[in-house]
Amino acid sequence: MTFFLEVLVTGLLVGIMYSLVALGFALIFKASDVFNMAQGDMSLLAGLALVGFLELNFPLWLALVCTIAIMTILAYVTVFVVLKPLVARPPIMLFMATFGLAYMIQGIGQSIWGTQAKGLNLGIPDIPITLGGLFLSTFDLTFGAAAGVLVFILVWFFHKTRTGRALRAVSDDHEAALSVGIPLLKAWAVTWVIAGIVAVVAGIAWGTRMGVQFSISYIALKALPVLIIGGLDSIMGVIIAGLVVGAGENLAEVFIGPYVGGGIQTFFPYLIALLVLYFKPYGLFGKEIIERV
Amino acid sequence: MNERKEPILRAENISIAFGGLQALNDVSLEIYPGEIMGIIGPNGAGKTTMLNIINGFYKQDKGRIFFEGKERPRRMKPNQIAAQGIARTFQNLAIFSGMSALGNIMMGRTMMMHSNIFSQALYWRFSQKEEIEHRAAAERIIDFLQIENIRRTPSSMLPYGLRKRVELARALAAEPKLLLLDEPMAGMNLEEKEDIARFVLDANEELGYTIALIEHDMGVVMDICDRIVVLDFGEKISEGTPDEVKADPKVIKAYLGEAGG
Repeated sequence: MTFFLEVLVTGLLVGIMYSLVALGFALIFKASDVFNMAQGDMSLLAGLALVGFLELNFPLWLALVCTIAIMTILAYVTVFVVLKPLVARPPIMLFMATFGLAYMIQGIGQSIWGTQAKGLNLGIPDIPITLGGLFLSTFDLTFGAAAGVLVFILVWFFHKTRTGRALRAVSDDHEAALSVGIPLLKAWAVTWVIAGIVAVVAGIAWGTRMGVQFSISYIALKALPVLIIGGLDSIMGVIIAGLVVGAGENLAEVFIGPYVGGGIQTFFPYLIALLVLYFKPYGLFGKEIIERV
Repeated sequence: MNERKEPILRAENISIAFGGLQALNDVSLEIYPGEIMGIIGPNGAGKTTMLNIINGFYKQDKGRIFFEGKERPRRMKPNQIAAQGIARTFQNLAIFSGMSALGNIMMGRTMMMHSNIFSQALYWRFSQKEEIEHRAAAERIIDFLQIENIRRTPSSMLPYGLRKRVELARALAAEPKLLLLDEPMAGMNLEEKEDIARFVLDANEELGYTIALIEHDMGVVMDICDRIVVLDFGEKISEGTPDEVKADPKVIKAYLGEAGG
């Protein structure tokens, strides 16, 4: 039983981090109907930038501020240079634009900070601790808590502040938002900044775990099943789905894996996603769009 | 009539084409302060296009728009036009379905709030005080439109007629100088139509709103409008009081076709 709980809790803690990456996608998709292929690369850029600033012997807080500044600049450039000319075009064009953006970010990041993997050490001890009889990794606990706090702040921001409510209005209906005087592009830019901050946290979390390297951009692939299960446009949905995927893949790997030869962790989330697609095409919590034919 | 007053909005020789379709051709119209002006015409006459140009969703190919006597820059964005005091509702209903009636109304007051929506976090206390004032204003509108019992209901759960009313509430909440209503009674039953007609009249008479509306129900239009502009195939074919328009042979022809034609 203890072992089961350990596996479950570890899975959940990793799951929060999946939620985090998926959240970046969902925020932007909700606000602008753009599926942002560059979300993973934004985390990579954030990680590279942070390590870069730390290597210049910046104190951690300053390095963080500078990294967030870079993400903010990126957000505004993306919205006002890349997306602005494409407003009101078919979604596939915006999607392709973010594809280009992904490679741009990767290229620029690596030409400034190099291509080799770098360690990111924030001084969090990597020793397991016992909590209520369970062996848990300090890493997992720290980032699980950080992600949880971030999610809480975001939910508060979107429901209790006027800026947040304006952003929700934009995601509900672009034309109506314009008609009450909300500047659409500015709202998009703010959303991209928030997605950028989410990417910073995700970049740090994954960077400390596996080093800041090119493959961080692949964590976006982990976010896909999470998005499908949670529903592309549901913040609460992707958070829950992230937990489900994290816990599900870990449990499956440990308890089903041995019978089928192991290594099912990588595709198990997609298996759940397929099942969800079969019964709930808009995800468990997504907005069902009924189109008249 | 109001002919001696300066119009609050004047559209001058507006033309716009979508591809090969000339949606509006050299149409001029004025909206005077304090009136209810109706825009009518058969389907595809260009009525909604006209509203979209007035509130900035479309940019006219030719022609000029004057608001409160000043010419409006052609490239002005819809949100800037909203800030100038033009609010609207939509033919196909556009409410913030993730929010309650109250949430929608508060969004309608975006432009009334002094603290900028993107700097609010910095002026938390100041904007909280402001928020309370706007809540009071929102309650007055809820009271006016008699939607007290649904103020907390998520809009997505409301029936169509009430959603329309929430949308109207949001537009009224902006306390606009000019209110544009695109088919406020579309798809409603008689009773609901009478309710909305009542609200539109009261908004005009009691609250002093200037209103331009598109509506297909001729009975309602003739009853509540002070003045009517008739469009057909993108051209203005008639203009005047309801009685004048009703008697205009061109209008009768546009609606009923020519005898023996």
